[in-house]
Amino acid sequence: MGLSDKSVMELEDVALKEKKKSKKEQLPWDVVQISRHPNRPILQDYLSRVFDNFIEFHGDRFFSDDKAMIGGFARIGNQKVMLIGHNKGKNTVENIERNFGMAKPDGYRKALRLMKLAERFNVPIVTFIDTPGAFPGLEAEERGQAEAIAKNLTEMASIEVPIVCLVIGEGGSGGALGIGVGDRILMLSNSIYSVISPEGCASILWRDAKFAPDAAAAMNITAKALHHHGVIDEIIKEPGEGAHSDYETTARDVKEAIIKNLKSLSRLSNEELIQKRFEKYSGIGKFSI
Amino acid sequence: MAWYTEPTVEKKTTQKKLWVKCKKCNSHIYESEWIENLNVCPNCNYHGSITSYERINLIFDENSFVELFDNISPKDSLKFNDLKGSYKDKYETAIKKTGISESVVTGYGKINGIPAVVAVMDFRFLGGSLGSGTGEKILQASNYAYDNNLPYIVFSASGGARMQEGALSLMQMAKTCAGVARLNKKNIPYISVLTNPTTGGVSASFAMMGDVNIAEPGALIAFAGRRVIEQTIGEKLPDDFQTSEYLQDHGFVDSIVDRKDMKNYLSNILSYYNR
Ligand SMILES: [Zn+2]
Repeated sequence: MGLSDKSVMELEDVALKEKKKSKKEQLPWDVVQISRHPNRPILQDYLSRVFDNFIEFHGDRFFSDDKAMIGGFARIGNQKVMLIGHNKGKNTVENIERNFGMAKPDGYRKALRLMKLAERFNVPIVTFIDTPGAFPGLEAEERGQAEAIAKNLTEMASIEVPIVCLVIGEGGSGGALGIGVGDRILMLSNSIYSVISPEGCASILWRDAKFAPDAAAAMNITAKALHHHGVIDEIIKEPGEGAHSDYETTARDVKEAIIKNLKSLSRLSNEELIQKRFEKYSGIGKFSI
Repeated sequence: MAWYTEPTVEKKTTQKKLWVKCKKCNSHIYESEWIENLNVCPNCNYHGSITSYERINLIFDENSFVELFDNISPKDSLKFNDLKGSYKDKYETAIKKTGISESVVTGYGKINGIPAVVAVMDFRFLGGSLGSGTGEKILQASNYAYDNNLPYIVFSASGGARMQEGALSLMQMAKTCAGVARLNKKNIPYISVLTNPTTGGVSASFAMMGDVNIAEPGALIAFAGRRVIEQTIGEKLPDDFQTSEYLQDHGFVDSIVDRKDMKNYLSNILSYYNR
């Protein structure tokens, strides 16, 4: 007890300032930046660290093989799963080939085909969500982007195998939700999930995209806020400065969380699974009565 | 005509002879003629917007409609504020202005004697946006159809998901589709009628999922906005892009039906429901 009252107060002051500083780092707009960090791990990084024996399946059987969305059988620990996810790239060449992870209807239809395949084989489904949004282009509209997403939402409500969805980066609107209906929705702590991009919201409601930080805060797009509002079930805490600072720890925690959730879902019968999924979605939303 | 019974507007039309300018062909039409023609341009067949109750009066047999779930209204659970103020103020104004409590009116009734459950969106209420209350009503109505083995009809008129509710509004897409999935499982018919406009999150959920998809002529039906697409691809889009006719050509709409024929068209389809 050698410290005088004054120095104790000073120490507390420093501690308080530090706390405020770290709190400041948690602004929603900062989380947006981390979720879009150029070195943030993408699906391909998890593919090698979380899964084994990935057998990729190609094509939607209608039109094309959309490289913005990939899927196939894989093993995670001792568990066999159907892995489906948005496929962002890390450099310009990859991103052009994979369309920055923005799937066309072909991508959503491929995803649905593979989910049906999983149901046929009685294998649970794991989806990795990481997209700025569904591709907004002429051909996408022409081939029914709206129909493709709507169909996935409808079918995923009643697919009779467990579905675990994980947002690893950007959960961009309907393009994210198109593979995002499941029994457990997980988010990495610095990922975002949003009805419209902060820039898009700002340009409509603030008449200027530069208000994106305000829109990001107003829309409650962080994992913490979404957990509070009952949109997601679980947050996987990222190490250090964020997932980009430590791939191995992030991958280990992602793997653990997926295995844990698959295990708890495996106890349910198909009827219970579908009933609980219906009740889960019936319960999302806040309104006045 | 009996279909149009909203008192405030009727009063306005009897007091003054007002002109309506058609948004498509720019011709001027007497408001009385416009209303007589169900808010459709007698010149170019442009289908102007109508309110939920006007639609209901057009479709259902007289005195057969019973409203359900009208106790549900929005909630500002995110305490959302933008430059123009709070979400709460916006929906309270909308409730006052429209006399309805959410962007959709739900209930059941008879269409040429055939019972059906219906949800009718109202574009006047925050652009027909899909909020939690909207999603709840659309799901509750589909549950009512499910429990009573009645066909379900949804009239869409919406700019998409309601940004002021964040991801809660996004999730209403999944929620409403979960209701459609249950109807599918039980083989209960679900008819979607797409009216101007049906865009964004509404087009990418229940509106596109009809066993039969019907559209009014010339309606804007789109996932992404024209401006966003033009920016993405760097070129101008064709004039008829994202219209009812365009969607029918591309295989997403079964039929395009004029407003005046909608009731008989629906009852004709429903008459094939043989269960
Ligand atoms: Zn006209």
